[in-house]
Amino acid sequence: MPLRPDGASLTDPWRPSPTELERRAYRRARTTRSALVSATSTIVVGALVGWLVTRSEGWPRVQETFFSWDKAVDSFPAVLTGIWLNIRIMVICGIAIAIIGMTLAIMRTLRGPIFFPLRLFATAYVDLFRGLPLLLVIYLLGFGVPALRLPNVPSSLALWGGVAITLSYSAYVAEVFRAGIESVHPSQRAASRALGLSHGQTLRHVVVPQAVRRVMPPLMNDLVSLQKDSGLIAVLGVVDAIRAAQIESATDFNYTPYVVAGFLFICLTIPMARFTDHVAKRQGWHGSGGTL
Amino acid sequence: MTDQNKDRNKDQSPAPTPSRVHETSSRVQKTSSRVQPDEVLLRVRGLRKSFGRNVVLHGVDLDVAPGECVVLIGASGSGKSTLLRCINLLEQVDDGVITLAGQDITDPRANADAVRARTGIVFQAYNLFPHLTVLDNVTLAPRRVHGRSRADAERAALAMLDRVGLADKAPSRPDDLSGGQQQRVAIARAMVNSPELLLLDEVTSALDPELVGEVLALLGELRAEGMTMILSTHEMGFARDVADTVCFLDAGRILEQGPPSEVLAAPREPRTRQFLSRLVS
Repeated sequence: MPLRPDGASLTDPWRPSPTELERRAYRRARTTRSALVSATSTIVVGALVGWLVTRSEGWPRVQETFFSWDKAVDSFPAVLTGIWLNIRIMVICGIAIAIIGMTLAIMRTLRGPIFFPLRLFATAYVDLFRGLPLLLVIYLLGFGVPALRLPNVPSSLALWGGVAITLSYSAYVAEVFRAGIESVHPSQRAASRALGLSHGQTLRHVVVPQAVRRVMPPLMNDLVSLQKDSGLIAVLGVVDAIRAAQIESATDFNYTPYVVAGFLFICLTIPMARFTDHVAKRQGWHGSGGTL
Repeated sequence: MTDQNKDRNKDQSPAPTPSRVHETSSRVQKTSSRVQPDEVLLRVRGLRKSFGRNVVLHGVDLDVAPGECVVLIGASGSGKSTLLRCINLLEQVDDGVITLAGQDITDPRANADAVRARTGIVFQAYNLFPHLTVLDNVTLAPRRVHGRSRADAERAALAMLDRVGLADKAPSRPDDLSGGQQQRVAIARAMVNSPELLLLDEVTSALDPELVGEVLALLGELRAEGMTMILSTHEMGFARDVADTVCFLDAGRILEQGPPSEVLAAPREPRTRQFLSRLVS
């Protein structure tokens, strides 16, 4: 049906009535006014905060120590090389965590006495690794395993740091997945089984897709958190973004490199959050419609 | 509306029947003193609503007098639910004016929450809050919207639940109730606020015949008490019994309108005849 600019079709003789036009004008005016008020208040508050901060006594020192442009430019290549390691760890660990987490979640939701050992293992795993501080697991594996000098066991610090992160995060993500799986209404399983799908097919084609959509926001939370916690392997001496910033700032006690590293981490996180919002919104996922 | 119907309304307004000596009827009486018997409680003029390019309502006109029971019939997709949702301001209309007791509620300056607090709506799928008990479902609006104390709201809610025959289910969760019981709780939840107008959207469609009976009996009683109602239904027998006015909707227009003896028994429009002939009622 062809449409005219005001939304009425050519075949439909309807034109907005004067009442409707007046209502639209009022709504438009109200929207404009709200936008103006929010823009004005944002600018006023921003300017006020900026003025207060830059006028304060210690500002030149703060600026020199944290926001030195020259230092930022100097340290940028090293920090950038470092964050590349963070990105690789995040991607590889992220995939491993998703697989292990989902496996654990499915193991925990299996019914029947045959599966008792699997349920017990999954429950024990989650209890153990959710209880252990991540840093402790990193020290344990990162320093402990290479020190054993076992034959055919790699001794890369970054590798063992990544394994520690994966083990710990899988426990959290498993619980998120399990919550999603259990939130799918039993009628969905019944409908699927009634069509002749097996338990496994039901999980694969009906339950898990709905579960994953529902838990997308908390999963994204965990992914963002993982991105930042990938920096914890710096304690092993691996040169990631944080370690690189530390090295750069150690020479002159100028902390700008840390700010640069922080800026780069944020640059990774924000586009990912907006992208997830966009995907969720486009697919019309209930309960996961992102808003700004 | 025909003269016959007006007479029926006049007969009902004075002299409360024993069953009206009730918590809720005090407000109903207040309402009827505010609105004169001959006055129109709800007036819909030129109502138009579209979703994208799909025009669902093509200029609907409707008058509802206090105490009148208007039944909307028509095929699925004819616009019955959208009309009810527009009246409760759950949808923003594209054009046209709806006035409730003289107030233009489609005016963007009108407080939509205040308007909704004066009308009650019951949905096809009950829409009870599963995380709250039956009692908390019914007391939510009285306490949070109408500012009544917990004790006061619970007294009113229990009276209303007793009225729908479910006082013993007050501590239960909606999921533990049958469909008919859930729908009666939904009606109690809408009625406890003493609405001026009750909207019911295919409230029996999800129920089996036996449960349909218990809900329809309740609606018949409310109608006899003088509650103003607009309901959409596929139950032609019920429409015949309870309606003062039957409106046949087709493709977003009210094609035919009148007392059930005319619209249901002797329809003028061929389209109405066609629709009714396909129903086994």
